[in-house]
Amino acid sequence: MIEYKNVSKKYGKNIGVADINVRIDDGEFVFLVGPSGAGKSTFVKLLLKMIDADKGSIMYNGYDVAKLTPRMVPRHRRSMGIVFQDFSLLPKKTVFENVAFAMEIVQRPYRTIQRQVPQVLELVGISAEANKYPTEISIGEQQRVAIARAIMNNPDVLIADEPTGNLDPDTGWEIMRLLEQVNRRGTTVLMVTHSREIVNAMNKRVVAIKDGRLVRDELGGFYHPEEDDDPSPAQAKTEGALPL
Amino acid sequence: MTSLKATLRQAFSQINRNKMMTTASLFSITAILLVLGIFFVVIVNINSMSQDIKRDFDQIQVNLYDSVTAEQSADMMNQINAMQGVADVAYQTRETALENWKEKWGENADLLDRMPTNPLPNAILINLTDIAYAKTIVAAVSKINGIENISYSQDTVDKLLRLTRMIQIVSLVVIIVLVAISITVVSNTIKLTVLAREREIVIMRYIGATNWFIRGPFLLEGIVIGVIAAVISAAAIGFLYYYAVGHLGVDFALLMPTGFVPLPFLIENLFIIFVALGVSIGACGSIISMRRFLGR
Repeated sequence: MIEYKNVSKKYGKNIGVADINVRIDDGEFVFLVGPSGAGKSTFVKLLLKMIDADKGSIMYNGYDVAKLTPRMVPRHRRSMGIVFQDFSLLPKKTVFENVAFAMEIVQRPYRTIQRQVPQVLELVGISAEANKYPTEISIGEQQRVAIARAIMNNPDVLIADEPTGNLDPDTGWEIMRLLEQVNRRGTTVLMVTHSREIVNAMNKRVVAIKDGRLVRDELGGFYHPEEDDDPSPAQAKTEGALPL
Repeated sequence: MTSLKATLRQAFSQINRNKMMTTASLFSITAILLVLGIFFVVIVNINSMSQDIKRDFDQIQVNLYDSVTAEQSADMMNQINAMQGVADVAYQTRETALENWKEKWGENADLLDRMPTNPLPNAILINLTDIAYAKTIVAAVSKINGIENISYSQDTVDKLLRLTRMIQIVSLVVIIVLVAISITVVSNTIKLTVLAREREIVIMRYIGATNWFIRGPFLLEGIVIGVIAAVISAAAIGFLYYYAVGHLGVDFALLMPTGFVPLPFLIENLFIIFVALGVSIGACGSIISMRRFLGR
C-alpha cells in the first residue's frame, strides 16, 4: 500500500508537488496523468526516494519512506519494478544480461538466474532476442526487456513512466496488455502517461496532477483534455521521463 | 561468494567492452609509473653511494709507496697507534683492497677484471675515536716517511654528502608532485569512463543496486588496470636498468665510489612499490571520480 499524506516538494522556488494526498491499495492499476511539468516525475521520484519531500509523509508497505536510512534505500527500490519511457537498458549488456542484472543486484545465485531469466523472457515474448544487444532489437522489444527486468524480482509495485511514449500505437497496446497481465498477477501498477487513447480505453483509476496539485482522482476515469497542454511528441520525450 | 563472482565477471566484461577507456587509463598510469621508476632508480643508487661514502671516509686511509717494507709499515702502525684519537689501526694489502672493491661492485665486478694491473697501493687504515681528531692526526701522519698520500678530506665528504642529500630531496619532491599529478590524471581518465557510463549508474541506482555493488566493478577495474600498469612499467624499468648498467661500462663505473645497486633487489622493491602505487592510484581514481554519481 502506498499513501501520500500532505506531501510537498519544491525545487528552489518552483513547485514540484504541493500538498498531495493519495492512497493506492495493493493490486490497483493507477494512471497518473497531467501536463508536462505538472509534478508526475516528482511524484514518482519521491516514492523511489531519489529525492526527499519537504513536507508530509509517504507510507509504503507500512513504513515511512522519509525515514529510510541510506543503507535501506536499495532494498526499498528493489521492492518496486521500474520501466522508463526510454527503456533504460544497459547498452553494453545483452537482453539476457540486462534482465539477469536485476537478479544479480539482489544477489540471487547464478543458477537461479540462469533458470528464471528465460522464463520471464518467455513471459514477455522476447525469448528469441536473448543474446542480442539493445541496439539490435526494435523499441517495442526493448520495452519488453525493460518490463521483464522490472518484474524479475516479483516487485510489489510496478512503476511505468511513459512506457508507451516512444512507441507506435500497436506496439503501445501490446505493452499495455503486458502491464495488465502483470497487474493480474497481483502487482500494483502505477503508470505515468500522456496517452488519452490508452487512459480512456483501459477504464482504470485515474489520478490527475496539475501544477503540483492533485486535481482529480476517480475510478474508471477518463483523460480530460483540459487538464493537458497536449505536448508535442518531442517535448513529451524529453520532459516526461525521469532524468537519465 | 556469489556477489564476488558477479563483481569479477562484471569487471572483466566491462574492461573488455570499454577497451578505449581502459587503454587510456592503462597508458596514463604506466607512463607515470615509468617516470617515477626512473627517479626511484636514481634515488636508490645515490642512497647506496652516499652510505658508502660515509663509511669510507670515516676512515683515514694512508697509502704507502710500493717500496715500503713490512717492518717499516709495522713500525709506522705503532707510531700511529700511539697518537691521541686513534681507535685502531689496520694494514690492508693491495690485493685485499682490490677484493673489497670487487665485493662492493657485486655482479658488476667482472668489469674490474678487465684492468691490466692492480692499480691499488698497500695502505694503513686508521679508525678514529672521534672525527674531530681527523685534522691533527692527518697532519702528524703526513710527517712520517714512505707515505704516498693520505686519503682523507672532510670537506669533500661534506660536499658530497650535501650534494647527495640535495639530490634526494629534489627527487622526493619530484616524486610527490608526480604522484599528485598522476592521481589527477588517472581520476580524470576514469571520470571520463564513469561519465560515459553515467546512465548505467543511474539505472543501477533506480533498480536498487547498493553503492558498493555499483562501485565494485569500477573499483576492481581500476585495481586490475593498476596491476597491469605496474607489471608493464616494472618490466620496462628492469630492462632499461639492465641495459644501461651493462653499457655504461668500466669508464663510467670507475668514477663511482661503489657499484650499481643489483638488479634483482631493485626490481623486487620497485615491483612492490609499483603494484601498491598502481592499485591505489587506480582505486582512488575510480572512487574519487564516482563520488558525484552516488549521492546516496
